[in-house]
Amino acid sequence: MALLEVENLRTSFYTRAGVVRAVDGVSFSLEAGETLGIVGESGSGKSVTCYSILGLIPQPPGRIESGVARFGGINLLGCSGSELRRIRGKRISMIFQDPMTSLNPYLRVSDQLMEPLLVHEKISRRQALKRAIASLDEVGIQDAARRVHLYPHQFSGGMRQRVMIAMALISRPEVLIADEPTTALDVTVQAQILELIRQRQKDLGTAVIFVTHDLGVVASFCRRVNVMYAGRIVESAFTDDIFASPLHPYNASLQHSIPALHRKGESLFTIPGSPPDLTKKPEGCPFAPRCAFAVALCRQNSPKLEEPVPRHTTSCLRVLRGELTNLRLTAAV
Amino acid sequence: MSAFLELRNVKTHFPVFRGFMARRQIGTVKAVDGITLSLRRGEILGLVGESGCGKSTLARTIMQLLQSTDGQIQLEGQYLSQLDAAAVRHARVNFQMIFQDPYASLNPRMTVFDTLSEAIRTRQKIRGKALVAKVAELMEMVGLPPNQMLRYPHEFSGGQRQRIAIARALAPRPKLVIADEPVSALDVSIQSQILNLILKLCREMELTLIFISHDISVVKYISDRIAVMYLGKLVEIGPATEVVDRPLHPYTRALVSAVPIPNPQLERRRQRIILQGDPPSPINPPKGCSFHPRCPFAVEQCKREVPDLSEKVPKRLAACIRIGEI
Ligand SMILES: Nc1ncnc2c1ncn2[C@@H]1O[C@H](COP(=O)(O)OP(=O)(O)OP(=O)(O)O)[C@@H](O)[C@H]1O
Ligand SMILES: Nc1ncnc2c1ncn2[C@@H]1O[C@H](COP(=O)(O)OP(=O)(O)OP(=O)(O)O)[C@@H](O)[C@H]1O
Ligand SMILES: [Mg+2]
Ligand SMILES: [Mg+2]
Repeated sequence: MALLEVENLRTSFYTRAGVVRAVDGVSFSLEAGETLGIVGESGSGKSVTCYSILGLIPQPPGRIESGVARFGGINLLGCSGSELRRIRGKRISMIFQDPMTSLNPYLRVSDQLMEPLLVHEKISRRQALKRAIASLDEVGIQDAARRVHLYPHQFSGGMRQRVMIAMALISRPEVLIADEPTTALDVTVQAQILELIRQRQKDLGTAVIFVTHDLGVVASFCRRVNVMYAGRIVESAFTDDIFASPLHPYNASLQHSIPALHRKGESLFTIPGSPPDLTKKPEGCPFAPRCAFAVALCRQNSPKLEEPVPRHTTSCLRVLRGELTNLRLTAAV
Repeated sequence: MSAFLELRNVKTHFPVFRGFMARRQIGTVKAVDGITLSLRRGEILGLVGESGCGKSTLARTIMQLLQSTDGQIQLEGQYLSQLDAAAVRHARVNFQMIFQDPYASLNPRMTVFDTLSEAIRTRQKIRGKALVAKVAELMEMVGLPPNQMLRYPHEFSGGQRQRIAIARALAPRPKLVIADEPVSALDVSIQSQILNLILKLCREMELTLIFISHDISVVKYISDRIAVMYLGKLVEIGPATEVVDRPLHPYTRALVSAVPIPNPQLERRRQRIILQGDPPSPINPPKGCSFHPRCPFAVEQCKREVPDLSEKVPKRLAACIRIGEI
């Protein structure tokens, strides 16, 4: 049975310019101990999906229109604020994309790391400080005993990100939601952090939701991947299949844009057209206006996620009708 | 040929204190520790290195947002450290920075229109319809729909905010841009769009660019030369393709070997050079070559001598005494 199960999540923002459908019918499940990657267009609702699960959407302007998020017999989306606070930071923790929202600039890092321990675990300050230092050590911060007393602004960008990772792991959560946790880290530290998370998964069976734009990290770290576009999941499969046989044109074009595949001086492949306007309800497939394979039908029929191959879902109508077979080569034009 | 930007032995150190009442200095962080570097006009220099090695500090020092502890910085022949505050403000129109953290660098109380029009008006005194059109043009350039002009930063996703910051930096048509991790928060397609744009602007306006990034394949693609930093110092500098494909310094070798490959099959078969030990602390840097405790090739001499950055192969500088042997 899945540890966390999200069904038909819809989250909107009510703004002056209209209703932004940030998450528009997202369903997925997460098993204990596994790593699920979420990739997709910037602005496609990856962060809002994570915030919704944890009850962190500011309401208003946000509103959760529908959905269930089952976690150990409770629906997180129906929980009261105090129930959620007990779960958050203890059983489910999150590493935020933006270090400054979760670090308090006026508090020393030591106090911020010790707080959850003092609140949830009733241990002495001395023991808590020891654990705080050890947790900084684990994420590769040198001189942790000295640096633990500094303020966030005295750390480099990547070190702040590691402080957040330490904060998220210190309470030994069952689910870790990591929103671009390694973007500010160099590849050697990144490898070290991924190893640390993998070790935690082995020891404690922590399940991880990993949001990232780095397809290299996805390839090396995730077991399954959800690809998002315009508030929806458009493709989902095991990592190998996402790369070896993409079944959605958006996924295929995304992989085609990777700079490593381009020669110097050659201009980089980009998806033509502009990102969708989420205040307008799309007619048909939201990717159709930018899709090299779109036909009239794509602009009429609203696509649904289906499973043409076992454990590999796509919402591309033409793939589902068997009209497109090799997206990888044809996307090369 | 005179340099457009020239750094000579630039150092930026931070004192580290402890205690509230009796502030006691417990050490010095040598974040930037003797950087010498020169850039041609129109050149793109990629700057890479471990987290905390001093890249952002160097960037902020060049931008005069931080006071250097020692050394000289010359921009078009002018000593920046000798300018008074007013002259710095005047000169700043010509150099712009895209910050690592777009959350902290955008004013939360200003709409996209306010932010971008302010940037445009530092260079061009336009208003009304012409200004709106110019803001719309900038937004389209970075892939944002112009109808979102009146939104505030918190109404955008991380990547969208980063694009606002990029548009703001490019709006005054600067001569020098330092971009600190400008594209790492973006999906690969938009990242490619921004990189194409930056390259185009560099060619058209002879923009000089220092591009800081952890993504080695992006740096290799975009830069003319790559400089590798380790613990406040440069350890290698040379033409981009060569530095990545045939690294000289042992640290560069380890760095290049750790780059994740976007292909699960290749990724499983690859060989990584695992660095021994942890990155050292800039409060207590090791004696001799600062990389020696983690270097697989270190010998006795490396523990005593600080290697200087010198030409080891034509056009390629490295700070390692063992390059000929390894
Ligand atoms: N407070 C808000 N008010 C209005 N719109 C919002 C708000 N927060 C988010 N949005 C919109 O919701 C959409 C989804 O945002 P989200 O932050 O989930 O994107 P993302 O997939 O995480 O993107 P990125 O990769 O750039 O971080 C975006 O189009 C964004 O503009
Ligand atoms: N205001 C400050 N006070 C004390 N130390 C500082 C301050 N700012 C930076 N440092 C230290 O200087 C060193 C270099 O920091 P810097 O931000 O330049 O690193 P970076 O190379 O940009 O790293 P990253 O890739 O993680 O952003 C770090 O050890 C950091 O802790
Ligand atoms: Mg996000
Ligand atoms: Mg930095």
